[in-house]
Amino acid sequence: MTSFANRLFGPLDPATEAGYLDPPTRKGFFTDTSVCIGCKACEVACKEWNAVPEDGISLTGMSYDNSVGLGASTWRHVAFIEQPSGAREHPGEESASFRWLMESDVCKHCTHAACLDVCPTGALMRSEFGTVVVQNDVCNGCGYCVPACPYGVIERREGPKDEPAVGLAQKCTLCYDRLKGDLEPACAKACPTQSIQFGDLDELRVRAKGRVDQLVEAGVSDAQLYGHDPRDGVGGAGAFFLLLDRPEVYGLPPDPVVTTKALPQMWRQAALAAATLLVGSLAAFVERRNR
Amino acid sequence: MVPKASFGSYYGRPVVKASPWQADIPAYLFLGGLAGGSSLLAAGADLTGRPGLRRSCRVTALGALGVSFAALVHDLGRPARFHHMLRVAKFTSPMSVGTWILTAYGPLAALAALSEARDQLPRPLRTGLVGRALPGAGSAAGVLAGVLAPALASYTAVLLADTATPSWHDARHHLPFVFVGSAAAAAGGLGMVNAPLRESGPAQRLAVAGSVLDLAASHHMESSIGLSAEPMRQGRAGAYRRAAQALTAAGALLAAFGARRSRAAAVLSGAALAAGSACTRFAIFHAGQQSATDPRYTVQPQRERLDAGRPVRFEGPAEPA
Ligand code: SF4
Repeated sequence: MTSFANRLFGPLDPATEAGYLDPPTRKGFFTDTSVCIGCKACEVACKEWNAVPEDGISLTGMSYDNSVGLGASTWRHVAFIEQPSGAREHPGEESASFRWLMESDVCKHCTHAACLDVCPTGALMRSEFGTVVVQNDVCNGCGYCVPACPYGVIERREGPKDEPAVGLAQKCTLCYDRLKGDLEPACAKACPTQSIQFGDLDELRVRAKGRVDQLVEAGVSDAQLYGHDPRDGVGGAGAFFLLLDRPEVYGLPPDPVVTTKALPQMWRQAALAAATLLVGSLAAFVERRNR
Repeated sequence: MVPKASFGSYYGRPVVKASPWQADIPAYLFLGGLAGGSSLLAAGADLTGRPGLRRSCRVTALGALGVSFAALVHDLGRPARFHHMLRVAKFTSPMSVGTWILTAYGPLAALAALSEARDQLPRPLRTGLVGRALPGAGSAAGVLAGVLAPALASYTAVLLADTATPSWHDARHHLPFVFVGSAAAAAGGLGMVNAPLRESGPAQRLAVAGSVLDLAASHHMESSIGLSAEPMRQGRAGAYRRAAQALTAAGALLAAFGARRSRAAAVLSGAALAAGSACTRFAIFHAGQQSATDPRYTVQPQRERLDAGRPVRFEGPAEPA
């Protein structure tokens, strides 16, 4: 049983918290960027399976990255970073004069998901797998989830009104339909190097710890896990990463916090301000007697 | 001046996303505050026997409410689904809380305003049951609307603050006070514009006090939120902020020293205060949008607390998984 204090912040099992009785073990992604080769098979597989429309076909000049970032029509995004000089690329190598960093980014399926917390229609919901999913038939496109997400993941789809899901908030579903059919998500299935690993979150966390220890021991001192800690600002991410540099280099926030952590404080301030207005208005009707 | 620190980013791309909201939302922030403040003035005017002030404030509240509703629906990605807001009630979603505040407040404010139309009713209706019940019903509804009004005027601050938008979230302590001050200034201002001079005393006092609160809370906010205050002084946000400060200060001075003596001064200062309140809301809105577009406002404070060994971590007792 989870204490009330943890409902806005801190470790908990999100499916149980959402009211599922006896849910399956929490599912997630471990994305090991140290073996990513930047093939973008994940981006393509995601689009194919989820029928995600085209997200712009211009060249950006940002290395091999032409999809720019996660958004309404980009649910997996491969970041490409060219570093002129850096740490050793592979264990045992001499220090390289140039290195590639590649990372396949995705919705973090936060334990404490701000997008879900602020959704006023209940369109964003917690699945039995502990993931966060938009129900397209419920969303009315208020857009509140967009500024709420601390990672800038979810977005309202713009475009001609008659195209699918235009005007609705859109993001990775962790292939909810495939999970229900006992299949792994399309991106993980397509990944040729097992950079994207899908599975039970507990098990992935153990595996990731082993991998990062191995890399550090081999001299890749910058190797670090990101989003694996249930005590972090979002209660741990359902999709976490092994990075080879600081998170912000990949466009990730270095220490994200779910906005609703401060909710009690925010409502308290609003109540104080409301009381101030009420008292002030009453006082405005007090006439000085000797007028 | 906040010193420029170096920070990493991915091709300078934003980390968080700016809200997809357009001018509808800052306009609603203004109008919601105006409606709330006007309902408070109307209730007070009703209870203290100021029919002119009561009538004009009730009508202002209904007008502001009507335009608010249109703006809120228009801003949706799927306007025809606006009623999906009524599926759930969630205290973690200020938009949901606001929906329910509006749902309770709206009909009350509308009834209070409609009761003012009693004299325009055709004679049989006016002398019938409806006509006789209307003033009493209007008073009861008006007082209840006044009770809900402070919540309407202040929750919108939490609506903005409950996001990952740096300049909104970091302003969470101060924003509700800026917003209720701004609401009082706008409602008091329009009360002075519309009510007869001899009844406008409460409107004038509310307007002056609201302006002072708005300006003081804004100043305090900007001096205590560090880097997140920077966007408030730049670009469109900065332009609106300067206009808001000038209009609010000038309007308040005129209200304090001229508005009880001359009708022209009352109208001028009231109009300035309402415009100043609108500018305040647009300034805050654009400051947030700007702070979300530049990754520095997201990354730098987080990097600083990490480097200082103070990441945000849950410190409570371990939970069995
Ligand atoms: S990463 Fe953003 S969109 Fe994904 S669950 Fe967390 S808050 Fe929601």
